[in-house]
Amino acid sequence: MRSLRLLPFLMLVGAGSALAQSPTYGVGRTPSAEEIRAWDISISPTGEELPPGRGTAEEGAQVYMQKACFGCHGMEGVGQPAPRLIKREAEPGADPWSLGRVLPIRSPYATTVWDFINRGMPLGSEGTLTPDEVYALTAYLLYLNGVIAEDAVMDAESLPLVEMPNRDNWAPLPDWKPGMPRLPGYPPD
Amino acid sequence: MGSGRTDRRDFLKRGAAVAGGLTLGAAAPAIREAAAAGESVEEQSQEAPNYSSDELIAYGQRSRFVTSKRIAHGGRPSPDEFGLVFHVAAPLQDSVGVITPSALHYIGTTRGSFVPDIDPAEHRLMIHGLVDRPLIFDMEELKRLPSVTRLHFLECAGNRANRRHTTVQETHGMTSCAEWTGVLLRTLLEEAGVQDEGTWLVAEGVEEVKGASSLPMAKAMDDIIVAYAMNGEALRPQQGFPLRLIVPGFEGILHVKWLRRIKVVDRFYMTYNDYGHLRQDPIDAALSYQVGPKSVITYPSGGQQLPGKGFYQVSGLAWSGGGVVSRVEVSTDDGETWVDAKIRGTAHRMAHTRFSFDWTWDGSEAVLRSRCTDEVGQVQPDRREGRVRGLDNSIQPWRIASDGSVHNAIS
Repeated sequence: MRSLRLLPFLMLVGAGSALAQSPTYGVGRTPSAEEIRAWDISISPTGEELPPGRGTAEEGAQVYMQKACFGCHGMEGVGQPAPRLIKREAEPGADPWSLGRVLPIRSPYATTVWDFINRGMPLGSEGTLTPDEVYALTAYLLYLNGVIAEDAVMDAESLPLVEMPNRDNWAPLPDWKPGMPRLPGYPPD
Repeated sequence: MGSGRTDRRDFLKRGAAVAGGLTLGAAAPAIREAAAAGESVEEQSQEAPNYSSDELIAYGQRSRFVTSKRIAHGGRPSPDEFGLVFHVAAPLQDSVGVITPSALHYIGTTRGSFVPDIDPAEHRLMIHGLVDRPLIFDMEELKRLPSVTRLHFLECAGNRANRRHTTVQETHGMTSCAEWTGVLLRTLLEEAGVQDEGTWLVAEGVEEVKGASSLPMAKAMDDIIVAYAMNGEALRPQQGFPLRLIVPGFEGILHVKWLRRIKVVDRFYMTYNDYGHLRQDPIDAALSYQVGPKSVITYPSGGQQLPGKGFYQVSGLAWSGGGVVSRVEVSTDDGETWVDAKIRGTAHRMAHTRFSFDWTWDGSEAVLRSRCTDEVGQVQPDRREGRVRGLDNSIQPWRIASDGSVHNAIS
C-alpha cells in the first residue's frame, strides 16, 4: 500500500532510494494471504483482527462447564492450581490494582482477555475453541468481575469498547533508545 | 509430595470426565514422561556410565561426580502436576567464567508450558504486518543469511532476592549467560521492508500457548538476534529450539522462544505476557524493562563453608542492560569501605562479566558485598537506602560467620 503511495516520490528522487527499498539477499518466500490469515492470531487493543462471532455471559457459563475450565480454575473461578479469574474483595472505589493479578479485571483492554483465551486455553487443547466460545467465555469472566452487564453481547464491535477499570491506569513503557539508561538519575546519589 | 500430586491429578481427571469426557489431553503423557525422567536421573547416579561407549563418544556427558543442577524457582515445582515447566534457576554457586552451560541455563516460560518437540525441517518464521514484503523463512534460509555471534545474559524479571533465600541459586539463579548465534532481526526486517507506521512488533512462539511479547522497533533495529545456536551448538529445546529471540539487556520474557511469527504493528499490542509484566507506576515500569546494573558474589556465597582463615579469591558475576560493566567494587565490611575488584577477561555488552578480589580472611565475622557500575554510569543500589524498584538489582550481602559458614545477610 505504502509503496504505491510513495511511488511518485521515489520516481522523483531516483534509483538510490528505490534500491534502499528492495531486499538485499532475496532469501525467503512470500506467504500467501491465506497463510498469513491462518497464522495471525494477534488481537490489537482496538480489535481490528477480531473474527465474526458473538457470546454472552450465560453462554460463557455453559462453555466454562463444557470445557472443564473449573477443573483448574474452580467452580467459582477461584482455585488451584490455575490463576484466579475473579477479583479480590475490596472497598467500593478501591484502586483496581488492589483487586489482584486477575486478567479479566486488571487488563487495560478486554481484547487481551479474548486473545489469551483464544491462544492459550484450555490447557492441553489450546486453539480449539470457536470464536463464539471465546466471546462467550470472555463475556462470562467480564460479567463475573462486574465489568459488563449480564445480558451484554460480546462481539467484534462491542469487545474493544468495554471500559476496563485500568484502561488508563497503567504505566506505558519508556520510549527506549539505544544507549539509554533505564531511568536517568536512578539510583539517586 | 507424591501423594498430594496424585490426589490433585485424580481430581482434575474426574472434573474433566464429569464435564463430558473432555480431558486435559496433553497433560497426562507429559506427567508420565516427567516421572520417568526423574527416575532415570536417580538411577544414573548409582553406577558409573561408560564414558568410552559409542553413545558418549558421539555426544559426551559430565562426570557422575559433578552434581551441579538447576532447581525450581519461586516455590512452584517444574514440572508441575500437569508436566508444565515454569521457572527453573541456574546453580550460580558452581559457576566459573561467564558462560552458563546450556544444560544449566535458567528456564522461564509463558504461563507454564510444555517444552515442545519441534522438527526444524518443518519450522518456519513468518514476518508480516506493516511491511512491504511479508516473508516466510525456513531454518536453512535463515542460516544462509549473515550472522552474528555474541555473549548475552538473560534475566527473568522475577529474579528478586529475599531474606528467606539461603543460596545464590535462590537469590539470583534466574539469570544466565550464553554465546548466541543467529541473524540480526534488523536484517530480516530490512528484507521485509518495514513501513513508516511500524513502530512496534509482536513476536510469538509456536508452543501450545503461543506465548507472545511486544517489542519496540527501536530495539528491533538495534541489536535483537534471531538465534538458532547457543554455546556452539543448536539451541536446546528448553531454550527455544530451533529459533528464539535474544533481546540484549531486556527482561527475560521478551526473549521469545520457539519463535514462529513476527508481526509489525503500529502500537503496543498488550499481549498476555505484556499484561502480566505491566506496572502501575512509570518508574517501576522503566526499572523493570531494561535490566541492571547488577552483581553478586558467587564464591563464597550462601550455604558454602570456608574451611578456615587464610587466602580466598572472592569471585562473582556482574551485568547490566545498559551495556558494558565498567567497574565492580567489593566490600568485606558490610559496605563501610570499597575496593575495586578485578574484571576478568573482556567485558562484553549486556553479558555476564566475571570479577574477582584477592582476600585474606582473618577468621572474624565479615559481610561481603559487590557493587556494579556500567558504561552509562548507572550504579547498583543498596536496598538499605530504600525500596529497590522494578527488577531487583540491589546489592547482595553474604555474611561469613567466624566458623566459616556463609549466610544470606539481607535484613
